[in-house]
This record gives sequence, C-alpha cells and structure tokens, in this order.
Amino acid sequence: MRFPRLPFPGRSRRADRDAELDDEIRSHLRMAEEDRIAAGESPESAGASARREFGNVEIVREITRESWGGARLEQVAQDVRFGLRLLHRSPGFAALAILCLTIGIGANAAVFGWIEGILLRPYPAVAHQETLFALAGTSRGSPDFDVISWPDFVDLRRSGTLYEPIAEKITSTTLSVGDRAERVRGSVVSANYFDALGVKPLLGRGFEAEEESGRNAHPVTVISHQLWKRRFHGDPAILGKAQKMNGVEHTIVGVAPEGFFGTFVGYAFQFWVPVSMQETFESNVYKLEDRGQRWIEGFVRVRPGATLPQAQEEISAAARRLESDFPATNRGRGIRLLPLWRSPFNNAGALLPTLRVALGVAIVLLLIACANVGNLLLVRSFARRQEMTIRLAIGAGGGRLTAQLLVESLVLAACAAAGGLLAAYWLRDALVLLIPPRGVPMSLAGRLDARVLAASIGVSVLATVLVGIVPAIQARRLDLAGALRSGSGGVVGPERRRLLRSGLVVLQVSLSFLLLVGAGLLLLSIRRVHDSRPGFATDDVLTAGVDLAAAGYDRPRATLFEDTLLERARAIPGVRSAALSRIRPFGYRTYSSASIEAAGYRPRSDEEPIVDFNEVSPSYFETAGIPLAAGREFTREDDGTAAPVAIVNEAFVARYFRGEDPIDRSFRADGRSIRIIGVARQSRYESLLEAPKPFYYVPLRQSFSASVNLYLRTAAPPETIAPALAREIQALDRDLTLSELITMREQVRRSAAPQRVAVTLLAVFGGVALLLAAIGLYGVVSHAVSQSERELGLRMALGASARNLMRHVVSQGLRLATVGIAVGAAAALGLTRLLGYLLYGVGPRDPMVFALAGAVMLTAALAACLLPAWRAMRTDPVEALRG
Amino acid sequence: MPVGKASASRIELLQGTLDLLILQTLLWGPDHGYGITQRLSAVSGDALRIETGSLYPALHRLERRGAIAAEWKTSENRQRVRVYRLTAAGRKLLGSERSRWQQLADAIGAILARTTESES
Repeated sequence: MRFPRLPFPGRSRRADRDAELDDEIRSHLRMAEEDRIAAGESPESAGASARREFGNVEIVREITRESWGGARLEQVAQDVRFGLRLLHRSPGFAALAILCLTIGIGANAAVFGWIEGILLRPYPAVAHQETLFALAGTSRGSPDFDVISWPDFVDLRRSGTLYEPIAEKITSTTLSVGDRAERVRGSVVSANYFDALGVKPLLGRGFEAEEESGRNAHPVTVISHQLWKRRFHGDPAILGKAQKMNGVEHTIVGVAPEGFFGTFVGYAFQFWVPVSMQETFESNVYKLEDRGQRWIEGFVRVRPGATLPQAQEEISAAARRLESDFPATNRGRGIRLLPLWRSPFNNAGALLPTLRVALGVAIVLLLIACANVGNLLLVRSFARRQEMTIRLAIGAGGGRLTAQLLVESLVLAACAAAGGLLAAYWLRDALVLLIPPRGVPMSLAGRLDARVLAASIGVSVLATVLVGIVPAIQARRLDLAGALRSGSGGVVGPERRRLLRSGLVVLQVSLSFLLLVGAGLLLLSIRRVHDSRPGFATDDVLTAGVDLAAAGYDRPRATLFEDTLLERARAIPGVRSAALSRIRPFGYRTYSSASIEAAGYRPRSDEEPIVDFNEVSPSYFETAGIPLAAGREFTREDDGTAAPVAIVNEAFVARYFRGEDPIDRSFRADGRSIRIIGVARQSRYESLLEAPKPFYYVPLRQSFSASVNLYLRTAAPPETIAPALAREIQALDRDLTLSELITMREQVRRSAAPQRVAVTLLAVFGGVALLLAAIGLYGVVSHAVSQSERELGLRMALGASARNLMRHVVSQGLRLATVGIAVGAAAALGLTRLLGYLLYGVGPRDPMVFALAGAVMLTAALAACLLPAWRAMRTDPVEALRG
Repeated sequence: MPVGKASASRIELLQGTLDLLILQTLLWGPDHGYGITQRLSAVSGDALRIETGSLYPALHRLERRGAIAAEWKTSENRQRVRVYRLTAAGRKLLGSERSRWQQLADAIGAILARTTESES
C-alpha cells in the first residue's frame, strides 16, 4: 500500500528515481537468489532467504528515498511525509492513537474554552475585557462583597481619572408583543453603559447622559438583537416604536449588536433601560437619591495607561472621602475592584469550583491518553527495530532519530489537535445543557479565541513530547547499544521494555481510579442532595413566579389580584391549599434582611445582628409544609392597618430569646417593633449546605411586594394542575405569565446544578478513562501472551492445565491493576478534598466509594485480561515449541 | 554459504563506518550494490555483518554528496545493474574518512594499552 504523494515540483523525476530504485533492489535480490542456487540451495527457499537477508524492502526503499532529500527544512517535511505514510500503513494503530489524543486534547480545549468564555472573557462582543473589572462594595469586618448606592456611584464617577465606572442592576420584565407574553431578563444601566463597554448599537443609539436623571423621566430602551429578530421580526423601522414594560410605555431607541447578551454570566439579556427608570423596575422603591439604598452591581473600565493597583488606589481614596463625608451611611464601607472571574454578582462564582474540577479532570485524561499512546508506540517500536537499525547504520545520530520520532508523534498530535478543537467547538454550549432552565433565555457559552487556540496548541505540544518521549528514550538507548550489540536480540532489553510498558499501565490505572473515585463521591453527593430534607415539603408543593411589577400593577391592584389569585387557585380541583411569598427558598433572588435588637440580647461589639426574613401570605406554613412549633399562622387580618407581627424560627428563639417562649414578646427590626405570634420549625432557606441560622417571616400584607411566588399544596400530579392554573391566570389577566410551574423538589434539585455539571463531566471522563486504561492493560497482557507463547507451550507440555494457564495470564494483568489502584488510592486520599463544597453529605475519603471504584477498576481489568487469557489457553504446545 | 553458524562471531558495524567501507570497496573498482556486500564479507572473512538494507540508503546518500557516481550497465550474465564508481571527490572523502578512522583506532588502542599495563 502506497501513500498518495503530494504533488510537488520535480515529481516526475522523483517517480523515475523510484522506478530505478525498485529495479536496483530487484536486481540485487535476483543476484543473491542466483548465488544461493549456485551454492546448492533449493530454488524455492533461495528466493525467500535472499529476501529475508535483505530485510523489509518497503522500509529500505523509504529510507533510501529520504537520502535523496535536501536541506534541513526539507528533512522535516520528509519526516512529516514519512510519519503520514507510517500512519497510513497501519490505520488501526493510527485511528486508536489519534482517538486517544483527540479525547485528551479535546477535553482540555473544551475546558479552556469554558474558562475563557465564562470566567476570563465572559461577555461576548464586549471590547477589551482585560481592562474591565467588577466594582464591589466592602464593609469592615465582613468577607462578603456588597452592592453600592447610586449617590455613591455618582461621586465615585466624579473623582475617577484613571477609571470609568459602569452601573448595572439586573431586572426582568414581562413583554407582551402581539398575543404572547414572555418573561425576559434585562438591566437598568448608567448612560455610559454601551460606550464604556465598547458595544456599538446595530441600530439607533445607546443612552445619553441626561437620561440618567429625573425620576422615571426617560422611558427609553435598547433591545437585544435576539429580541428584535424573534419578537419584532427584524423590523427595520423599529426605532421610535413603543413597548410596554412594567406597565410603562418605553420608546425603543436602539438595537444591540448581534452576539451581545449583556454583562451577566448565565443569562442572555434582552433589554436595557437607563438608571432613571430604576423605580419602575425595582418593585416601586425609589432609590436614586438615597445613599443608604445599595443596589448597583457595577463595573469599572480602567483607562488606557493606568494599572489596576493605581485605579484601586484612586477609588479607595474616593471611598474614604465618602466615609468621612457621609458617616451615617458609609461608615466602614470601602470599594474593591475585582477581576471579572471573581465578580460576586453572577453565576461565574458558582461555576468556579466546577470548572476547576473540570480542568483537573481534563489534564488527568490527557495524561492517560498520552500513556496509552506511548504504550502503543512502544509496541510499534518493537516492530520498527529494523528501520531504526538501518538508520543508525547509515549514520543517523541519536538526536536525528529523536527528532524524527518527535515529528512522528507531532503528526499524531496535530491530527488529534484538529479533532480536539472541533470537539471543543461542538462542546462550547454543553454547559448550559447541564444547567436546568430557568424559564428565561440563557447563555453560558465557551469561547474559542486566539488565546484558547494557543493554549490548546500548547497542550498538543505537551502531548507530543509526553508521547514521543518513550520511543525517543528507546532510540537513545538503541544508539548506545548499537556499538556493542550482538546477534539479533531486541532493540531494548525485553525486560526493560516490559517494565516501561507496565509502568505506563500502572499510571493509567491509577489516574482512572482517581477519576472514578471523584465521580463516585459526586454521584453520592447528588443522591444525598436528592434524599435530604430541607425542612419544607418538596414532592407535593408546586411553585411558580408571579411578577406583577413587570406587568405594571400598582399596589392596590396588585393586592386585589393576589387575593383573587389565591382564591381561584384554591378552587382548582386537587389543590389543598395555596399561598404566596416574596422570595422562593433555594431561588436565585436574595431575602430582605434587617438589623435585629431584642431585649436581653447584647450583641458582641464586632457583630452586626443582621437577619434575613421572607414576606409570606396566610397559609404559607401549611402550604409549604413547614410545621409551627408554637403560636399561629398569619391571617388576612394581619394587614397594613394592624400592628406589625412576625413568626420566627427556632434558631432565632435560641439566639435572641435564650430559648425562652417568645410568643407575644417583641423585637425591633431596623428600629421597628414587631410582635412575635408564632415559632416555625427550622428549615433551610438558601441551600442544603447552610448551617441552621436565625430567620423570621412577616405578613406580605404588611410588607408589600408586587413580585411574588405562588405555592400550591396538591393532592394531584403537577401536570394535571398546570393547565387549570394557566387558565385561571389567563382569565384574570391575559398579559400576565407565570414563570414555569415546578415542584419544590425540582427547585432544590436545581440548587445542586454545579454538582450535577461536575458529576456529569467526571462520570463521562471517568468512563472514557476507564476504557482507555482497559485498552492499555489489554495491550500489555496480550503482547505478553504473544511474546511468551513458547513459555506457555512449555508449561502446557509439562502438564499445566488450560485453567492454570488462564490463571497465570489473568494474575499478571490483575497484579498491574492492583498496583495501579493502590497508587491511585494514595493519590485520591490526598486530592479528593479539592472537590470542596461540591461534596454534600459525604466525606472526601468515603471508604465505600473507594471500595466501589476499586471493584469497577478490577472488573474492567479482568475483562481486559480475559481475551488474551483465552488465547493463551488455546496455545497448541506442539506448535508453540516447534515455532 | 553458511549463514547460521558464523553469525555469533560476527562483529556489528560501528556506527558511521559504513561509508568508509563502501568507499574503500569501490577503490578496488566499480561495482553494484550486491557486489559490494559480497566483496565486503569475502574480504572480512564473513566477520563483518552488514545490514543489507542499510547499504542502499548509504549508497544513494554518497551519490548525492558526489562521492560516487552511478550508471546502469548490463552485467556478465546479462542483467541490468546499477554500477557505482568512485569520483575524485570520493577519493578525497575516503582519504579524510581513513585518517579519521585511524585517529579513532589509535586513540582506542592507546587507552586499551594503558589499561593492560595497569592491570599487569
């Protein structure tokens, strides 16, 4: 089989020389044959002997052709051609090696793409993200980052010479276009938003400076390209048209360019409004003139020529001036500029540990793939003994041979890199598939840019070296051995080669075991999350978001609507009770909080007793399935005209009332006195991982919100309730949509999304690694069997039964696997704690997981040994000993 | 021709000496590839083992360097064979290769002699 040659100048001349070389070799063989016949050998065997003496004609031809070549550069081209021809000649080996490397390189490229697209350059279409930083508030004594107020933002902007701040607040609205209502995400932004980000609207303009001022004075909006295409059918005359958002007609002044999804990791934003519209989009609370109202999640563009430390210094100085000018609101407050991947304001933080795990896994997978290909190359180097000997004899130095072998593995790696990048391109959107939908357009795309390409090429080069190093070491050894070698024994002592191969297999097994343990721990975590009790009912409680603010309801209308909705919902067949709350447990939005004072409780000097609370309707506890330990639920009488009341949880009682009966006693929240009417059992509020914390509830009627969640306690399956509920909502208001209706179990499950992403990655990669390790083990054992056929035959002739032989072969393989598992277990003991908070309810050294991973690994090893063992059993002793 | 028996006592070619041997063989007169292997084993009394496969790459490389030239001829038993002969450049190369070999042999010889002295 001949590799089709690339067309190049002088090709015909080369073809002539090829034909001449063939003639020359043929004449050599003929003369050798004739001489042998003349010396008395039989004609039949003479030809074969002559050919045996000559060696592999194809290889001789190949190497001779190379000696026609010219300069150094051409030598590389020759090596590449030779490498390609070699691959072409053994397609099975080539396919397997390239597949292994593609998996290794592809996994790395995909993870690089995700890290680039989610952490480092998270905002598509935004220019120069390296000079963009998150703007976060700090408060003394707290490790957490905070949002900032608009007056502070304006002052920071005024004193900034090295930086330009950008304000943003995530919001959402319900869009009614035509006959369809849809929930979309957008944000309230400062006027410089588009200019400072370097995003030029496709149509129309961004915002102008005067559109920042005046309470609700500038109802203008820029919409996304996606929205323009999808809902407005790409209407070229869209500018100047009106769109109702949160009950206010907004004039569309611009369309964002294609591919710009805003500046928030996770969601694809669909609209932007200027900061003057804050009240409209923020539950009707006007915050623009209140320095104590913190709500802005900002960015800073550091100006060209300035560095981050310089900008940080300048903004810290400005924050200190604010602290002394406005002690009432700003005492202890500072400003921190953070790299985008550390931004506290979006989903990037939640994905950070997952991506870290993914990177580790990808690197391990690459190592396994390299070990596997190295192993394959070792087997091949055995078959290429003659070629190497010839090359040495005609004076190729060890360095030249190493270079050639490296070029060959580079050819492999280059093919694999192409495949790997293709795989990374396909996988760039894979993460968003693993994260449960939230009912609004999402975007969580990897990004393949020049930096990712460069990193992937770096990985490929690394793979080349790792893979090429094994045969290259051999070539060196061959070089040393060349002078003293005698007879036609192995190129490298068989013992040494066996050790090298066994070492590679042990490495593979141990790395695969490591991945299996990681996958096992995460799988167990997911199960524990699934089985855990959050303190509220999960299976028979349905929930859905109802955003009345987005639909433009004012307070009286919204209150009326909420009452009607609850009544109608209770009347749906199968619904046992219904209730509302402002914040959904385990949801994305944050609870309100207040500073607590209670008689008889003295906070430590450095402690600010801030406690979260939720605003809930009557029947909330009954519907959500949170038992009351004492007192009563809220009723319709606990409204705005009645005295403020609250239901507190058990941790609240323990901390602020030393565990004494708190019913009818009062505490102060942000200075307001509230009477306790009930005690709720402890439950979880934000995640399954949180420690029990003080928490309280106030009546929704006394702390109004137009954006609420509906809960239904049902006796019927959810899918039978959903259509009836949708009908009731439609009947009440056809411009209103519910966010999707899910069970609370689903809500809890979604909070485990990072674990699920990690476990999926680990399970997939772990499975691939297991397969690669099994292939490696199979290769070693079956090679050992084919090499020791004589030994096996001898054993058989001496009376060993087939069963004995099988045991002999299998135990060889299992010994390697056991050593690998031991090494892997030692590594896993040290490394699994890096999974950190992704683990839930399971220790990083869970013995059951380790045992199970070991069992899976051994089973795979056993499977890998069985075929060679079976071959060994069928060894014909007579054949083997004669051969 | 005995193949199996002698092989154990055969000496492997030292790396880089193949060129020297080919040039030296052609000094005795033009010959084709097969002839060169035959001459070499005849002269060395079968003591030197040449990997036949390495002969042709070496011949073609020497030809490219201009040390030898080749042409197609018809042999005594009417076969078309490619015959190599030494060129002027080849003679010069042979000279320098020989003196290099001599230097190497002298150096190794000196070391071996020293070792023998210290042993005795």
